[in-house]
Amino acid sequence: MSLLVCHNLVKTYRMGEMEVHALRGVSLEIAAGELVAIMGASGSGKSTLMNILGCLDIPTSGTYMLEGIDVSTLGGNSLAEVRNKKIGFVFQNFNLISRTTALENVQLPLFYRGMSSRDQKASAVHALERVGLADRQRHHPAQLSGGQQQRVAIARALVTNPAIILADEPTGNLDSQASQEIMNTLTQLNREGITIILVTHEPDVARYARRIIMMKDGVVLSDRSNKGVAADWVVPSEAGA
Amino acid sequence: MNFLIMTILVAFRVLGRHRMRSVLTMLGIIIGVGAVIAMVSIGEGAKAAVQAQIATFGTNVITILPGAMTVGGVWTGHGGAVTLTVADVEELRKIPGVTYVGWAKRDTTQVVHENKNWFTAINGVPPDYLVIRAWTAQSGEFFSQNDMDTAAKVALLGSTIVKNLFEPGEDPIGSTIRIKNMPFKVVGTLEAKGYDTRGSDQDDVVFIPFTTAERKLMGTKFLGSIGSGFLSAESPEQMPQIVEEIQRVLRQRHKLRPAQDDDFTIRNQIDIAKVQEGTSESMKLMLLAVASISLLVGGIGIMNILLVSVTERTREIGVRMAVGAKRRHILLQFLVEAVVLSAMGGLIGVVLGVAGAKAASNIAGWPTIISGEILVIAFGFSALVGVFFGLYPANKASRLNPIEALRYE
Repeated sequence: MSLLVCHNLVKTYRMGEMEVHALRGVSLEIAAGELVAIMGASGSGKSTLMNILGCLDIPTSGTYMLEGIDVSTLGGNSLAEVRNKKIGFVFQNFNLISRTTALENVQLPLFYRGMSSRDQKASAVHALERVGLADRQRHHPAQLSGGQQQRVAIARALVTNPAIILADEPTGNLDSQASQEIMNTLTQLNREGITIILVTHEPDVARYARRIIMMKDGVVLSDRSNKGVAADWVVPSEAGA
Repeated sequence: MNFLIMTILVAFRVLGRHRMRSVLTMLGIIIGVGAVIAMVSIGEGAKAAVQAQIATFGTNVITILPGAMTVGGVWTGHGGAVTLTVADVEELRKIPGVTYVGWAKRDTTQVVHENKNWFTAINGVPPDYLVIRAWTAQSGEFFSQNDMDTAAKVALLGSTIVKNLFEPGEDPIGSTIRIKNMPFKVVGTLEAKGYDTRGSDQDDVVFIPFTTAERKLMGTKFLGSIGSGFLSAESPEQMPQIVEEIQRVLRQRHKLRPAQDDDFTIRNQIDIAKVQEGTSESMKLMLLAVASISLLVGGIGIMNILLVSVTERTREIGVRMAVGAKRRHILLQFLVEAVVLSAMGGLIGVVLGVAGAKAASNIAGWPTIISGEILVIAFGFSALVGVFFGLYPANKASRLNPIEALRYE
């Protein structure tokens, strides 16, 4: 069964007199365990699609089934709950809370889940271990490099055992070395069974994905599997293993 | 519960990050609460002091003064008429609820002891008068009913008289003083009362038996005429009713026609207390106004800083929403920050207010009373101010659109 089924998603914004058609009928299915890249130029509707897939927004029309639940009609509080339980976000600018330790940043989603602080801490430590930052728990974001900050963000996305991790330009603010590390971390997690959706306009990033969805003008232009995927990422991570 | 505690801890940490800003924000509340507590404590102290002063007059005392009289258009003022008599007052003893009756005849003259002399008021009174007016003997004793009956030449001295007619350490009891060249034996001295509510020295007084005053010292226009009458009531509740009855009896005895004015004046101690209460009531209202304004200003300060904080932390709010914070989580977070600010301000204000009141009583010597009630009210109100003024910014934060908040630069 598909993890995620979108049918004919339409999103229309009103800007004064003008109607902006950000999505004009997008249908797609993503199965559990996939690593998908959504590509497109700015204005192609990929950000709008990501917001809807991430339950930050709801479509004007169309349906979005996430793990069998129709989330396209949910209200604010229910959407917050879905985000908390099923979705992990990784942003371009990391979006960590400043002057708060890495550990506390990772704990944040569990905090809103009402988990006891002991359990929060245990899960957060484990998530930081998975991204290789077990020794940076007490560091503040300002004391971490960009790549480390993004890994804290990944740990935060990971800590809730979400159905999907949505990564929006995860390497956009990183140098090539750090970018490669982040992509390795993400692909590693994908191989451990986590579904990942990358939103990017960089072909370098997209080639890590096994499936690439191209968007243009609010519709899906192409949806194909990525044949050249294995070459780059398997080698370094296996070399490291 | 866990969530609330964590939120409070987070709020303390956030406010600790901007320590200077937080203190400045709290300042309005601190000053407001501190000033109110200091002022209320001083006011309560002053009120208690005045009440103690009123109590020196005696409890539940009703005073009757003879009316003013006009002779050829010249008014005499209270006591000018000589229509009030001992018989009148004795008649009032029959009114239910009256415990004691007394009266006084007053004259001012020179009092002499050896080579010292003092100008003072001589009061001719029956022994019960001393009971009504709550005098107590400091040494010796009151003169007796027997002294009244025999018009004995005995005197009770107020502490001011003792101070001015006798050497320090000298025992006045048994010595002889001269009033209008007439020798009087001192039988007792009186416990000091201090100044009355109008500021005159209550201890600057000599008491002699009424009969002695009337027959030997002052003379009289007609027998039994008195300067003032006094009654004490069993309880304050009975006083209005007793006053009405006094009026009825006296009008009847003085054969006044319905159209005629009273030829006497009745003063009720409760009236004095009411004037006093009125003053402290308006004082309270003023304090309340000052407190409300300063808390309002303090609250606006908190709202202002919180709005700034919401703007500064828009991205943070977006992140929190993205990872699953519901509206109420965000609302509570900012509300708790506001309440922590205002409650901490209130707490510091309470401490400073108490310190200020203590300083006022230690340095300036003002009597102060710090009531726990006002501390709790002041603190509670400052916390409420936090809730009230925090609601708008907190609501604003909780209504942010997560997508826009995340994109906010």
